[in-house]
Amino acid sequence: MTFLEIDHVSKHFPAPDGRGNVTVFRDVAFGLDEGEFLTMVGHSGCGKSTLLNIIAGLEKPSEGGVVLQGREVTAPGIDRMVVFQNFALMPWLSVFENVRVAVRAAQPAWSSAEVAAWVQKYVDMVGLTGAEKKRPAALSGGMRQRVGLARAFSTQPKVLLLDEPFAQIDALTRGVIQDELVRMWTASRNTVFMVTHDVDEAILLSDRIALMTSGPEARLAEIVDVKVPRPRTRAELIDDPEYLRLRAHILHFLMEVGRRAPVQDDIAASTGRRATLRG
Amino acid sequence: MGRDRVRVVCYSVLLAVVFLGIWQASVTGNKPGKGLPGPVAVAHTAVEMLSNPFYNNGPNDKGIGLQFLSSLGRLAIGYLTASVTAIFLGVFLGLSPTLYRAVNPYIQILKPVSPLAWMPLFLYTIKDSSWAAVLVIFMSSLWPTLANTAFGVASIRKDYLNVAAILQLSWWRRLVTVILPGAAPAVVAGLRISIGSSWVAIVAAEMLIGGTGVGYFVWNEWNNLQLTSVIFAILAIGLIGVVLDAGLGRLSKRLAYAD
Repeated sequence: MTFLEIDHVSKHFPAPDGRGNVTVFRDVAFGLDEGEFLTMVGHSGCGKSTLLNIIAGLEKPSEGGVVLQGREVTAPGIDRMVVFQNFALMPWLSVFENVRVAVRAAQPAWSSAEVAAWVQKYVDMVGLTGAEKKRPAALSGGMRQRVGLARAFSTQPKVLLLDEPFAQIDALTRGVIQDELVRMWTASRNTVFMVTHDVDEAILLSDRIALMTSGPEARLAEIVDVKVPRPRTRAELIDDPEYLRLRAHILHFLMEVGRRAPVQDDIAASTGRRATLRG
Repeated sequence: MGRDRVRVVCYSVLLAVVFLGIWQASVTGNKPGKGLPGPVAVAHTAVEMLSNPFYNNGPNDKGIGLQFLSSLGRLAIGYLTASVTAIFLGVFLGLSPTLYRAVNPYIQILKPVSPLAWMPLFLYTIKDSSWAAVLVIFMSSLWPTLANTAFGVASIRKDYLNVAAILQLSWWRRLVTVILPGAAPAVVAGLRISIGSSWVAIVAAEMLIGGTGVGYFVWNEWNNLQLTSVIFAILAIGLIGVVLDAGLGRLSKRLAYAD
């Protein structure tokens, strides 16, 4: 039995003009084995974040469903922790408290000393020792996402959902935190579903990469295996022939689907302009 | 900054001196008991009143301290119960956009009503003038906090509620770790408006009900033509209002957060 099954999921939204529906993606079906790291890559508008939210239980699929260990997912749950693109840390809580809320929720039977020790372990793991009492506003983007990772990993979820976790972090810091994620995941071996449009990031981290065509009406085009052996580092990857082959393959795919169908955001932004040009 | 501050203080003091000087000059030469009393007379009364603020010589002769205490007591009961009620209801309204929109027209209608307009209804139904005044305070404190809480809760970022949902926090935990701290700045802004309007309302309410309280005191002194007491009471009411507001101002600083 597949550990996490995405079973022919489609998502429709009401059309912006109020007439009928827009299908973001249709019939997306794949599965994740336990301990697998799968990344979905696609242009913005292909609905990959929507799919992630559906797996998290934060949104409902229009058709199909998500099955985790034989049970359908219908609501958010602590067995599926999300790392958000915009961090989603409570600004009124300190670093330590942000992680503690999650650990307490995951381990209601623990004493507060046990919880505190566990929180400290993860705060140390992401290199935030000494910053426990700081509020998120006092931290850089990179440090905030470290808190986000600590919060997510500390609950030991069955599935980790990473929603473009490094998109809002500057390029130099991004690499460092990616390495940290690799380290944490290697130790914990959670099942991970990540969404990104950074191809290098996808290859560095994933066992398999799912490629989406562009929305609207996006579909799952193919799933490629990443045969680069682990452990991987960004430095070794640069000259790895398999990495270069895979990277070229994915980039060609993205350019190809990019040409075939304009992404949804562009349609929404340009329809008004086109209409005036024609008029 | 430091120099600016010195200048501000200098101007403030200068203004006071000029004002008091003109006031005193304009009343000198008045026959005793005629015309407005001057600042010196008011100061005499103030010293006299403050030297024995808690005496009690029967219903029509109590120290100013006692009068203020009974006003503050009414304020405390009415304000605290109204604040708890308003925050409680506000959380519900803020969490349910449908409910909020259904209730909002009524809030809008009741909000601009002077709390004193309720007085006859309260007197008729509970038949106790002191409690009627407390209810007037309740009405004046309710709306600003209610409206602000509902707004504050409704504007909490969806992400934080999503995190709470993913963590499957219980209703109570969600309230204390996400909803209340998230809405706190707006709630305290409401509480601040509320305490100001209640302190305004209590004086008028006590003028109507009589018996005790600073409002009654002002009216009673007017009936006795003790204008020095009236002027001193005005200053004291203002000062206590400042203290009440400053307390909530500090609370608001503590609960503020940067996104």
